[in-house]
Amino acid sequence: MFSYYLELALRSLRRSPGLTLLMVLTIGFGVAASMTSWSVFRAVSGDPIPWKSSKLFVPQIDNWGPKGRSSDGEPPNAMDYADAIALMRDHRAKRQSAMYQISPSIVPAQADKHPFNVSGHVVYGEFFPMLDVPFKYGSGWSADDDTNRAMVAVISSKLNQKLFGGVSSVGKTVNIEGKDYRVVGVLDDWNPQPRFYDVVNTGGFSTTGDDVFLPFLTAIQEAMSNDGNTNCNEVPKESGFVGLQHSECVWVAYMAELDDVAAATAYRNYLNDYARAQQQAGRFGWAPNSRLRDLPAWLDSQHVVPSDTRVSLLVALGLLLVCLVNTVGLLLAKFLRRSGEIGVRRALGAPRAAIYSQFLTEAGIVGAAGGVLGLLLTVAGVASVGWVLPKDIAALARLDVSLLLLTMLVAVVATMLAGLYPTFRASRVQPAWQLKSN
Amino acid sequence: MKLHPILAALRKHKAGTVLIALQIALTLAIVCNAVFIIGQRVERVNRPTGLDESNLFLVSQQWVGAPSADNADGVEKLDAMQREDLAALRQLPGVAAVAPTNSLPLLNSSWTGSVSHKPGADLGGKGDIRTAYYFTDEQALSTLGLRLVAGRNFNAGDVQHQGFRDQRDRPVAIISKALADKLFPDGNAVGKVMYSDGSNAPTTIIGVVARLQIPSIGSWGSSFAWYSTLIPTRLDGGFARYAVRTKPGQLDAVMRAVAPALYKVTPMRVLDDDSVKPFSEIRAKAYRADIGMAVLMGVICLILLCVTAAGIVGLTSFWVGQRHRQIGVRRALGARKIDILHYFQIENLLIAGVGVVLGVVLAVGLNMWLMTHYEMTRIPLLYVVTGVLAMLAIGQGAVFVPARRASNVPPVEATRAA
Repeated sequence: MFSYYLELALRSLRRSPGLTLLMVLTIGFGVAASMTSWSVFRAVSGDPIPWKSSKLFVPQIDNWGPKGRSSDGEPPNAMDYADAIALMRDHRAKRQSAMYQISPSIVPAQADKHPFNVSGHVVYGEFFPMLDVPFKYGSGWSADDDTNRAMVAVISSKLNQKLFGGVSSVGKTVNIEGKDYRVVGVLDDWNPQPRFYDVVNTGGFSTTGDDVFLPFLTAIQEAMSNDGNTNCNEVPKESGFVGLQHSECVWVAYMAELDDVAAATAYRNYLNDYARAQQQAGRFGWAPNSRLRDLPAWLDSQHVVPSDTRVSLLVALGLLLVCLVNTVGLLLAKFLRRSGEIGVRRALGAPRAAIYSQFLTEAGIVGAAGGVLGLLLTVAGVASVGWVLPKDIAALARLDVSLLLLTMLVAVVATMLAGLYPTFRASRVQPAWQLKSN
Repeated sequence: MKLHPILAALRKHKAGTVLIALQIALTLAIVCNAVFIIGQRVERVNRPTGLDESNLFLVSQQWVGAPSADNADGVEKLDAMQREDLAALRQLPGVAAVAPTNSLPLLNSSWTGSVSHKPGADLGGKGDIRTAYYFTDEQALSTLGLRLVAGRNFNAGDVQHQGFRDQRDRPVAIISKALADKLFPDGNAVGKVMYSDGSNAPTTIIGVVARLQIPSIGSWGSSFAWYSTLIPTRLDGGFARYAVRTKPGQLDAVMRAVAPALYKVTPMRVLDDDSVKPFSEIRAKAYRADIGMAVLMGVICLILLCVTAAGIVGLTSFWVGQRHRQIGVRRALGARKIDILHYFQIENLLIAGVGVVLGVVLAVGLNMWLMTHYEMTRIPLLYVVTGVLAMLAIGQGAVFVPARRASNVPPVEATRAA
């Protein structure tokens, strides 16, 4: 029976090629526009570490007080040096790391090559296991390396390729800011988007990944200053990088791993206790106003997904809606034009269900054809976002099987939904009336 | 032409009528807001920075193994290195002026603070005004092409230097006219004093420039986008930026000469592909997202309007086909071709009229929703009115072809079977 409906539908579509083409174009463009913006939205709003994001937390401590809070009462979104070090010393989470962004120079061993610049982070050794950072060679450094301020480094595979031709550089030295560091690990490809461990300094998205990781305390000892945001509520009393460390300026990012709700609650209490102790010591003149958000909530609170991306998706979905309304109208015209044919079929004994099957099949075929066009246009759309959107965002939008399947599914399902009302009307055609007027 | 028969006929096509009206309403709502977004972005991208942007480029470089800026000795050494670089750049053929600067408009890397009438004010407290600082020297105005509207330029004697994280008193400053007007609404800012970043030491305003945008174009800086302060101080650190103005037409040649000249001063530095950038590139990068958004909205509007116009053509054609016989009858009874044409045009105008009324409500509603959830401002009436007229015009344009076909139905149709 289905093949018969298929044949009927094809015959009917062929009879009015203009209208058919119009519907296919409408569906195709509507679906392609929404799928292209969806691919961008999906890329920027995705969970960068889905298997662990609910266990990763970002603490915030209110070291500025009521005058430094934003209008919604939020404390600063980064930490000052003293609080970050105190939290690391207390070590209350399963794993944790304070970190800040650096932008050091690398001096190649070959004398004829000029120094170049890389971006990176200084972190504690627990950073690597906490974030499941993949290693190609070697590993991260130990807690002893942290406390001993060891001159060790973890480098990206890209930097390893550039400096050492891709062979394992573990044990070799690399010259960073004029000092020799021993390479202990080389990362595998790792460039999570958004850069969830430090969205405050990276803004969330970046085309280039971090190329070096150094121990936090080593970098402090070497006076490797931070590259990124420094926010102050007052002018630091002392000058230089040391002055920054003694100030209430916030510039250190922090992340902690807490396995379950109980651990999170305990840590939240710990943060409040810490702030209360600071209050009692006279450093804070206000009640604790700490925050502890898990990673998805943190990314949301920092507005990592650009609002342009959300608005684009919304407008594209609006376009799809208009396309569907349009399709309802066109299908209605198309189906009702065949009232005579429906009348004959019904008079010859076809039940309403048969009319439903026939016309929904026809709608489905229009949807499938629109979906095929939509696929082609989505491919073109995703390929061309590169010259419309900022590079760091555009680079994330990718075509994959799931997107293509979704395009097809949306096209067919949406068109069949659009075909419901016209089909309902077609099934209500009164056979007697049609036969008489003919 | 009486409306009654049209309304009576429309009652027979409720579904089609409602669908066209709904489609016009949705299209109007989306297109109004999308065009408003385009308008806002175009306005944003076209606002001048205050710089003379042609023949201007920026060098960002970093020394390797440089002395620390945390002690006085290191600061002096760093300053000597910076002065050597400036001298080398100023000697290049084709160079008109060079100034050190911590940033430029649209560069999105800024040092912001606040200025106040009173000494020792709280940072970010009430009554003080946020500003972005440009730390530079006496060649700043000529290099950046800023227009001095009052007071005098910096001279060599005004120029100090400091470690890039240090705080030093700022005896003199040149500020943008917008900041001057904000600080001293009565005018005559020149010669008056302000206190920057809660300092107790006064800063005398020696000059006012017509316009100078702050480096940030993000929304957080939009409240003080034109409040700039120029401080005649070289910042000394491991990193330095130099703004270079070339003689007309020599931009490319001078840009190519920069790296060899600076490497000659000292090879231990980072100067890569990104280090030497014409201002046009800084501008393009800064506004890429805005231009992209405008293009995207434009494409979506175009598709929407085409779909809606095509939908009207499709449904009206169907109606014309359905009413062939009635049209024939009317023609046989004496209706002229023009009457039939007008019939369909007025019918469309009625449907589109209902659609745009609903559309205006939806457009304003959508705009209000966007205002509460995203950074949007109230849509000006002009956009809505233009949108309404455009939708009505599109409706009439789309209905014309099927309506003319209807008017060409011969009276003899009346005698044929339906």
